[in-house]
Amino acid sequence: MNIVVLVKQVPDSGADRNLRNDDNTVDRGSANNVINEMDEYAIEEALKIKEAHGGEVTILTMGPDRATESIRKALSMGPDKAVHVVDDALHGSCAVATSKVLAAALGQLNADLVICGAESTDGRVQVMPHMIAERLGVAALTGARKLTVDGGTLTVERQTEEGYEVITAATPAVVSVWDTINEPRYPSFKGIMAAKKKPVQTLSLADLGVAPTEVGFDGATSAVVEHSKRPPRSGGAKITDEGEGGVKLVEFLATEKFV
Amino acid sequence: MSIVDTPERRQLRELTRAFVTREVLPHLDEWERAGEVPRALHATAAKLGLLGIGFPESVGGSGGDLLDSILVTEELIRSGGSSGLVAALFTHGIALPHMVAAAGARSGGSLGGRLGGGSTPGGDDLIERYVRPTLAGTTIGALAITEPDGGSDVAGIRTTARRDGDHYVVNGSKTYITSGHRADFVTTAVCTEFPGSGELTLLVIDKGTPGFTVGRRLEKLGWHCSDTAELSFVDVRVPVANRIGAENTGFLAIMQHFAAERLSLATQAYATAQRCVELAVRWCRDRETFGRPLVSRQLVRHRLAEMHTRTEAARSYVHEVAARVAAGEPVVTEVAMAKNIAVAACDHVVDQALQLHGGFGYLRDAEVERHYRDARILGIGGGTTEIMNEIIAKGMGL
Repeated sequence: MNIVVLVKQVPDSGADRNLRNDDNTVDRGSANNVINEMDEYAIEEALKIKEAHGGEVTILTMGPDRATESIRKALSMGPDKAVHVVDDALHGSCAVATSKVLAAALGQLNADLVICGAESTDGRVQVMPHMIAERLGVAALTGARKLTVDGGTLTVERQTEEGYEVITAATPAVVSVWDTINEPRYPSFKGIMAAKKKPVQTLSLADLGVAPTEVGFDGATSAVVEHSKRPPRSGGAKITDEGEGGVKLVEFLATEKFV
Repeated sequence: MSIVDTPERRQLRELTRAFVTREVLPHLDEWERAGEVPRALHATAAKLGLLGIGFPESVGGSGGDLLDSILVTEELIRSGGSSGLVAALFTHGIALPHMVAAAGARSGGSLGGRLGGGSTPGGDDLIERYVRPTLAGTTIGALAITEPDGGSDVAGIRTTARRDGDHYVVNGSKTYITSGHRADFVTTAVCTEFPGSGELTLLVIDKGTPGFTVGRRLEKLGWHCSDTAELSFVDVRVPVANRIGAENTGFLAIMQHFAAERLSLATQAYATAQRCVELAVRWCRDRETFGRPLVSRQLVRHRLAEMHTRTEAARSYVHEVAARVAAGEPVVTEVAMAKNIAVAACDHVVDQALQLHGGFGYLRDAEVERHYRDARILGIGGGTTEIMNEIIAKGMGL
């Protein structure tokens, strides 16, 4: 099975993150950039399918030059190769434009299965798998907590607020996964060293036949016009224990519906 | 920027940190009390390739060179492990290299490789029987050199091996043997001539061989998660096939591999210091006395600055010497100096870090208390500070 995993480099969600003041885009320069956490689960799922059914796993990333480090890191977990779409004109692209570029790249990769994280920790819009599936004209099985492959049939347990749904589709298809689906492996030392030698193909917009005007700020269907930091947290409620501290704590928890 | 800073090594550092965070930190206190680390930890570390770093893939290792080994050692401690953990989990770093070198395998790591000496008939066999399973985390090895009467006097070893047909008959005893209690086999230095002749040979002796007994687990000041034992050999019959290299090549083999052991100890020393500086800085920021944080006092800040400075100087020098060893330079004197510099920095820092922690620093609950106890062995093991000074003086032509 030919599997493509979508990997996005994002600013570390555990550290301080900012938008740029000049164009309101994510400030990648000042951030510690890492693989979007949910994508590691997508990579793990792809590797498990490859181990069980054979095939090849390709990483597909759209991002600036510095995304190379995340691509190498993804490869160190075990995928076979990577494709990096990089073009200065992509800066400022909206989700719709991004899906156009990724779909164009996928069109060249002939994937039976595209797996991605259910959301990225920077954008958090969760629309990419649907948009890509729509553009490719294939099924979108989103929000999976379990994925089973049986020949050309995919079955997922789709996680919902209330429980889960079981849905199936024939390949080719796009599957997005939550972090409940597996436990991503560590890249081994051997994997880290092997990743250096794995092929990473770079593609420009010209290679994909996408015009620069269709992407970036020019092609954006939406724009961030201004941004501001969330105000710092206020002090919260302080309870002084004068013999009834425990009761007051439970009352607080009950009011907030924690207990 | 450091010589061990490449994209791959940054990832290796992350891998090591993840390993410590997930596999070690939740259990380290328990292992300290139990007096040993579980075998399962060896298997987990092997699966990630951490156990085999510095050993060539041709013998079941992960590849990588001395600097990779140093980086892993450093990060194991900096991310909350300890030198005791390094001693317990990486004992194979001193138990296996002689076998790898004797088999003629090129070791990228510290250890083997440059011993020269062609392959010997038993070499590949030892690789299959001992090196591979140990690097796979299924067996544990130890290195037995020190004797109750000897200490650092390797040439004075009194454990004897008399040839009898296809076997050697071994008599004698060893002590302070790291991982000796858990070890499935022991790379043992024996004297094949008369006791104290200095003509040494290395034999691999299996646990369970009649006449080989492992004494009680020795209780120590620190390194509590690393088991230490006394070994006794009474008419132990060891197959000639278990000999590493030729007879009477043991002394040279031991001396050549000391470089790696000493650099590892030097690394453990500066890494322990780094960790303790971090712990002390955190403590001094958080701890308030007389209405303000400790770190607001100039005396405290200067003390932290001094600790950090000594640590950085040691780290930098150890890295430089390690790079020269990795490049094949014969830098015996520099290795000795690196060990002493790093140990001195560590001794200073663990003492000051504990002092800054005040009463809390004296408690078992304080991580800095463990480092304080663990650090004391670093100027003793792998050749004492005094032995290092002898080497340095000799290097000066004195």
